[in-house]
Amino acid sequence: MTLSELTNERQGYSFGYLDAYAKRELRRRALKAIAIPGYQVPYASRELPIARGWGTGGLQVTLALVGPDSIVKVIDQGADDSVNAANLRRFIKRMSGASTTTDTLRATILQSRHRIPEEIMQEGQVLVLQVPDPEPLRRVQPDISKAAQLHADADYGQMWLGLYEQLVRFKQYVQGADYPSLVHGRYIMNPSPIPRWDTPKLHQAAHLTLLSAGREKRMYAVPPYTNVQPLEFDDVPFQIEDQTGRVCKTTGAANKFMNELPQDDGSATFELSDSGYAEKLKNDLAPGATYFDEQGNFYHDGYLKPPVRPA
Amino acid sequence: MTVISSRPSVPLDAPRLQATPPLLRAEGLTKRYGTRMAMHDVSLEVYPGEVVGVVGESGSGKSTLLRLLNLEEMPDVGVYTLDIDGIRERDLFALPRFDRRGVQIKHIGIVYQNPHLGLRMKFTSSGNVAERLLIAGERSFATLRAAARDSLAASEFPLDRMDDPPRVLSGGMQQRVQLAKALAMKPALLLLDEPTTGLDVSIQATVLDTLKRLQRERDMTIVLVSHDLGVIRTLADRVLVMRGGRVVERGLTDQILDDPQHPYTQQLVHAKL
Repeated sequence: MTLSELTNERQGYSFGYLDAYAKRELRRRALKAIAIPGYQVPYASRELPIARGWGTGGLQVTLALVGPDSIVKVIDQGADDSVNAANLRRFIKRMSGASTTTDTLRATILQSRHRIPEEIMQEGQVLVLQVPDPEPLRRVQPDISKAAQLHADADYGQMWLGLYEQLVRFKQYVQGADYPSLVHGRYIMNPSPIPRWDTPKLHQAAHLTLLSAGREKRMYAVPPYTNVQPLEFDDVPFQIEDQTGRVCKTTGAANKFMNELPQDDGSATFELSDSGYAEKLKNDLAPGATYFDEQGNFYHDGYLKPPVRPA
Repeated sequence: MTVISSRPSVPLDAPRLQATPPLLRAEGLTKRYGTRMAMHDVSLEVYPGEVVGVVGESGSGKSTLLRLLNLEEMPDVGVYTLDIDGIRERDLFALPRFDRRGVQIKHIGIVYQNPHLGLRMKFTSSGNVAERLLIAGERSFATLRAAARDSLAASEFPLDRMDDPPRVLSGGMQQRVQLAKALAMKPALLLLDEPTTGLDVSIQATVLDTLKRLQRERDMTIVLVSHDLGVIRTLADRVLVMRGGRVVERGLTDQILDDPQHPYTQQLVHAKL
């Protein structure tokens, strides 16, 4: 007996798995989230055939957006071939008839956990990020109703307390992921657990970013061409992870975000975290322009200062 | 033989307390929790540079009074003003939430009996102090460090431990961190809620020393809540005696402690002696 014999026929489900009411709910909330950049919009999160915490927030948004003509890419920690990404991709394809790809530039909907691709995303593309914890104030204000008041008053002073602690203990910002950022000069958001390396990519991005937390039932958005400023002190600028000297062992690429592969002798080798991009490099498929250039510099039309590497 | 004139030839200046308006004026504070009346019609005036002690047994409404003065809670009835530029004529209880928080951060400092109420136990001590400035809008790391260091030094906290979390500090040191945090913004009004209760006697004495020195040097205005008459006698100029949510007696510290009029105050003073 196989799994497909146990499940209902494809025709037994409505298009995109979710029922019409759920999709309408999600689309309405997404519109509201886009209208108020960075504001966490509560929504009625549905049960899905995957467990909460495995990307149900992102999957619901993707299922509400997907159409038969969509081209879907799903990545998990930068990889297209991890179990979770492969399962989600197969599920979305089966439930909507959409085609799938591993090419960032071809995808119309890109669902991601923990990474934003290295290649610059274009207008018309949608990046759906899975969010485990949408509340940036949680660490300094555990009371959620008080946190809501602080959001309403834009009273964000306490957010710098976490940065202060990092500077006191480590002399530099060390937060590994989910670096709090100010959206459109108004709301502070958790940009989902993307590394600091990826945070500047959201600033004045051409694509739409939707962030959705299925368990916490909150959705927020960064519309195209919106300011996203990582928090920083006036005299200690925001810093990204230092990737200098790391070379991908398969493609030879440098100055991109690398996965560290520990070796038996205690040393480490590195490989590109973005597997779709690595695939293109390996097969000489002319990858698109990347956010960080070959020297690891980052350019912007906006006012964000170029990221400073720790000395 | 010369006769000393009974009247000075030059008229004396009016007493300071008459010449200057009170810094803190609270009128008719009434607070009810459900059907329980926690405070009934309490009025209070505190002049600049004055230390007012509030004494009373547990449940007498002392802490409620302090929570109201710290703008943590709103009373059912009552008016509260501070004589500070910009908010002079405003009833602080009627301010919008955001402005009220601004006043609380900028102009009022508080030290709680329980350091867990006032401090983040897992953050650094200097971070606890810097938090006040962060909320007030300071965004320079160097300035924050310097301000935290100054404030901790003023409260006689050992600076080599300024980046230890309060969790690992002794009770006396935790109170000093609280004090530094309260003083970080150089507030007009300092509220002390049983600041030395729970400390052993020698530590209590050094913390009281620090408080007294700071009060003298900075001419601070303090409302001090305590059930310890020794602390009250050491620090306070004037005393309010509270019982059952009402003020039963008020007057100069020496007068109240040496010659209590109200039967409850007499009982309280004799219980101490």
